[in-house]
Amino acid sequence: MFRHLSLALHYFRLGLATEMEYRMNFFIQLITACINLAVSLGGLEIIFSHTQTLNGWTHTELLALIGVYFLMSALIHTIIQPSLQKFMEDVRGGTLDFLLLKPVEPQWLVSVRQVQVMQLANVLLGAVVITVALMRMGTAITIAHTAAFLLALTLGLIIVYCFWLMLATLVFWFLKIDNILVIFESLYEAGRWPVGIYPAWLKFILTFVVPVAFVVTVPAEALAGRLSPQTLGIGVLLAVAMLVLSRWFWRRGLRRYEGASA
Amino acid sequence: MLANLVQFYLARFRINLAVQFQYRVAMGIWMLGLILEPLVYLCVWTSVAKTQGGTVGGFGPGDFAAYYLIMLLVHHACLIWHMFEYDFIIRQGILSNRLLRPIHPIHGDISENITYKVFMLVILLPAFGLLWYLFKPEFHTTVGAVALFPFALLMAGALAFFAGWALAMAAFWTNRTAAVNQAWFVAMFFFSGQAAPLSLLPPWMQDVAFYLPFRWMYSFPIELCLGRLDTRKILHGFGTQALWILGFLIIMNFAWRSGIKRYSASGG
Repeated sequence: MFRHLSLALHYFRLGLATEMEYRMNFFIQLITACINLAVSLGGLEIIFSHTQTLNGWTHTELLALIGVYFLMSALIHTIIQPSLQKFMEDVRGGTLDFLLLKPVEPQWLVSVRQVQVMQLANVLLGAVVITVALMRMGTAITIAHTAAFLLALTLGLIIVYCFWLMLATLVFWFLKIDNILVIFESLYEAGRWPVGIYPAWLKFILTFVVPVAFVVTVPAEALAGRLSPQTLGIGVLLAVAMLVLSRWFWRRGLRRYEGASA
Repeated sequence: MLANLVQFYLARFRINLAVQFQYRVAMGIWMLGLILEPLVYLCVWTSVAKTQGGTVGGFGPGDFAAYYLIMLLVHHACLIWHMFEYDFIIRQGILSNRLLRPIHPIHGDISENITYKVFMLVILLPAFGLLWYLFKPEFHTTVGAVALFPFALLMAGALAFFAGWALAMAAFWTNRTAAVNQAWFVAMFFFSGQAAPLSLLPPWMQDVAFYLPFRWMYSFPIELCLGRLDTRKILHGFGTQALWILGFLIIMNFAWRSGIKRYSASGG
């Protein structure tokens, strides 16, 4: 366990060292993220010039949701997306062999191998937005409140990781499907808003097919202080189910791997 | 000369079609993402209308559905990706190959753009039908307005293409075009009518939108199709579209000519 964590830390340091060579990119990244945020906030202002609530969410609560959206998006793009993208390239090129030879659990290795430290700018931005929203809400922050939020956030990360891993694992069967990750990106856009605004069929897709609901809406509900224990319970069950399923799928996929001429 | 050009286009269509058919799954996935974009704001505004007791600013859920469904078609017609492509081919020096050919590279881009848009109707039209059934749009329009819509759509497509191509020329001067492109698409998002029908924007934004090219790509054809424009506004709209197209053709030409003078590459 400790060995695995220190390994991940090493990859993180490697990513940091690489990025330090391109410091300017960090600021460009930050500016891009700020513009991106401004689009979300601008849309929010236009909509709230016509209404006081959106599907039961107030302006401040939606601000918190936008914060969660940015935070999660940044976390995905810091480790999960770059690592799994690299993994898919490796399977295609046959270079996964080198990784399989190492005396470490391969699923762990492919999941933490590539770190985009720049993306931490967006993590920071998301955290700032959440903080501002919490201050505006003015409600006292209790331990239960914080615990529910952190739990929802963790569940969201687990669910989204498993989802990405399963998508990426498909590469063992179909070599040319890097585009499948685009599906997630475009559906994740829908997570800028609470899933409750979507019609039932789309809400179902966003909850169980592409789990945007548990990644963004549910943690934001926790921040707004109206997360029901039932929802949290379903989240726990879903996270466990996804962990088991993705693990099983990964092992089946790995058995199919033949390597190339490497 | 003209006969040569026609021959060139026909040949390019065949090649592009073959290429795009090879990547059909990838392009289909990309297309699904593009279809989803307008749907998000359709759902947001429908939700607002419901909270406000049925309508907001004269739009009910059925009107929003009609607005954003037509936007799906406009979005498709106005799609251009050459600003991303030119950033790459200028930086990498791939442009050199194209400069050697005895024909302006824009012809290749135009034919590629048209092939993609026609080919992707295979996905767009069924999706459009399905979404029509799911979102139940309401139209209060006239036959004349609907008959004029295809022309406004073609003009919008041409305008978006030439504007985008002019923007692509920025890559001759800077290698940070990502920022330029992002600014362009953000402005387009707010001032074209994508974030909201323009009449729902605050007054100052409506004023700004009037003087920018974006509304003549999106808002004008959509509102025309929905029967929300009178004869005077329709004539004005077509006229402004034509003026913007002319303007971007001039800018584009100028930028291209001074751009290739600056351009240099090694190897290739």
